[in-house]
Amino acid sequence: MGTISKRGLAALAVASVLPLAFGSFSAAFAKDKVKIAFVGPLTGAISPHGIGGRNSAELAVKLMNAEPNTKYEYELVVLDDECKPNVGVQVVTKIASDRSIIAAIPHYCSATAIATVDIFNRFKMPMVVWAAVLPEITYAKKYPEVHRVSGILIGQNRIGAQFMKARGYKKFVSFADSTDYGKSMNKYFTQFTLENGNEILGSFSVPPDQQDLSAELTKIKELNPEVIYFGGLTPLGARLRTQMAKFGINAQLEGNSGIMGDAFVNAAGPELAEGTLTFFDSPPLSKMPGGKMFADAYKAAGYSEPPEAYGPFAYVATRLVMETIEKVGPDRAKVTTDLGDVKDRPSIVGPVTFDDHGQNITPLTTSYVVQDGKWVVWEESEYVSGKRKLKNLP
Amino acid sequence: MGMIGQHLLNGLMQGTIYGLVAMGFTIFFGVMNVIKFSHGDVLTLGAFGGLVAVWAANALGLSVPLQFIVALCVAMALTAVVGAGISHFLIMPLRNAPPLNMLLMTMMVGTAIREAIRLFFPNGTNPQRFPELLPAGGFNIGPSFFRTDAIILIIAGAASIGAVYWIINHSKFGLAMRAVAEDTETARVMGINFGRIIPLTFALGSITAGFAGMIYALYYSEINYSMGLLLAVIGFTAAIVGGLGNIWGAIIGGYLFAGLQTFVVAAMPSMSDYKNVFAFVLIIVLITWRPTGLLAERGSERV
Repeated sequence: MGTISKRGLAALAVASVLPLAFGSFSAAFAKDKVKIAFVGPLTGAISPHGIGGRNSAELAVKLMNAEPNTKYEYELVVLDDECKPNVGVQVVTKIASDRSIIAAIPHYCSATAIATVDIFNRFKMPMVVWAAVLPEITYAKKYPEVHRVSGILIGQNRIGAQFMKARGYKKFVSFADSTDYGKSMNKYFTQFTLENGNEILGSFSVPPDQQDLSAELTKIKELNPEVIYFGGLTPLGARLRTQMAKFGINAQLEGNSGIMGDAFVNAAGPELAEGTLTFFDSPPLSKMPGGKMFADAYKAAGYSEPPEAYGPFAYVATRLVMETIEKVGPDRAKVTTDLGDVKDRPSIVGPVTFDDHGQNITPLTTSYVVQDGKWVVWEESEYVSGKRKLKNLP
Repeated sequence: MGMIGQHLLNGLMQGTIYGLVAMGFTIFFGVMNVIKFSHGDVLTLGAFGGLVAVWAANALGLSVPLQFIVALCVAMALTAVVGAGISHFLIMPLRNAPPLNMLLMTMMVGTAIREAIRLFFPNGTNPQRFPELLPAGGFNIGPSFFRTDAIILIIAGAASIGAVYWIINHSKFGLAMRAVAEDTETARVMGINFGRIIPLTFALGSITAGFAGMIYALYYSEINYSMGLLLAVIGFTAAIVGGLGNIWGAIIGGYLFAGLQTFVVAAMPSMSDYKNVFAFVLIIVLITWRPTGLLAERGSERV
């Protein structure tokens, strides 16, 4: 100690006083920082959806931080789950064990979400799922930490089966991926299609990364269905559509929320995507209460990628988490409790109400069809007026 | 089973790809006793090289047939150079090391190639759309639909298999290759340039991978950084089943594997998810029955 010079001592003294001075200074002018995490597929075949969600969540944080009367300044921690359950488990464990992160907005892929719900529960980290639609995520167990603003896939399959029946279709083939998501899609498609008195000629299940569909498509061609139902995500869906054409299969394609979004049209091309049907738990952006505000703000923020179908939901989930933190403070337990009471909370996609499993029960299932490279609400499409026709109409 | 012709065509297409990959394995093993596990990733590299070449050719305004030729040449040249490089810089120096070291080393090289594509290719993690360079459409014979591009690719694949067979059995280079395979020391004494023949052999084997990569890309119109992984496992299995070191064995193994996969889907559509499981289980049975392969490598004749 005897070797410390006077100058050294002086520097030490200054160093110890400075933080005090600036500390009181910043408390008066800057807000406390609160971290929340966004998890989605940012790389891999599903990444267009993940990036659209990430941009939307980021936008929610930017807009919130720009509001003058908020108590905290929010920082979004962004993590990539690659749409893989094992990677999802790793990144969720990472954020859940970091106590400085208060809440999470996780997952596009159902197979990933179902693998991580237990971790959120174990680490008592509140979360609001922004896109995954597998019923079991909220309903398999009653975890107070788990909430979801997006719908569940039961409703879209019920509406879809009724819609197809109303058009007069009778013979179906089911083609789903072999993950929990695809299996669940196939299960509810089968249930509702049979309930409507229609016939399923065959059910196929393939891994989501399978390239070669020729053997399955040959069999499907032999079965000659009027409709091919697809239960899976965009890359496999686009591959199915492309290879259907290569095999000269002229069946109507019935999709679901998994292929909803610009990414499907881009991957399959506008000509092949034309006439593809899908059932999705949300009206179009232009019909949402805050749709115009969201679209304008997204455009103003200058993102080059589209928000995709679930972007608005990512925005709502992020906003909901931040509103809750504003109300009860950055405390995981308090946020969990308060999220459980969300009822008729206004949001850009319409009012959000969580049931006792944390599931938003208000989504509006809407039928869509691809027309000139765009997803158009069925009722407003040229298919209704008879100007265009679906394939294989009886 | 009205679609039997269709299933046959599907099986032939996949079998051609598997057979080409298996042939590479068998050439490497026949000449150097090396199991080169980076083979599948060299195939991927060839396909990506082809894709870049198509982009470049398209940007230069070349016509579609020219784009096709440029892509094919680039894919084959790239894989040839990489194959020769791997043999010259990694396999030759290690040729007296235990076979296990060699196997591990080629696996690591494969991982390095795969990860390099994933990390350095723009959006490398995402599947890449490969432009359709062959005529689309096709024709019906009975209930079967024959894709024009599939027929062109099967013929091209078969022709390339024939070409490689000719090179090995009827060219001077093939003779030197077979001499090295037979007895390295004697071949060197007889004046065969060992240090030149080995990289050339690896270049030849890798060209078949580049060709297979292009067939794959053109048929599915989609490539991704990890496509070589399963293809390598299947190709290697096909080579083993046929009899490692025997060219015809590799080709038969390739078609056999494709046939098994196709059969599962045709016979039991609801089990299509299990087609690889089914095919591999049957292969295990076959290997147990004929441990040296269906066409065992004859002691006096290699490659």
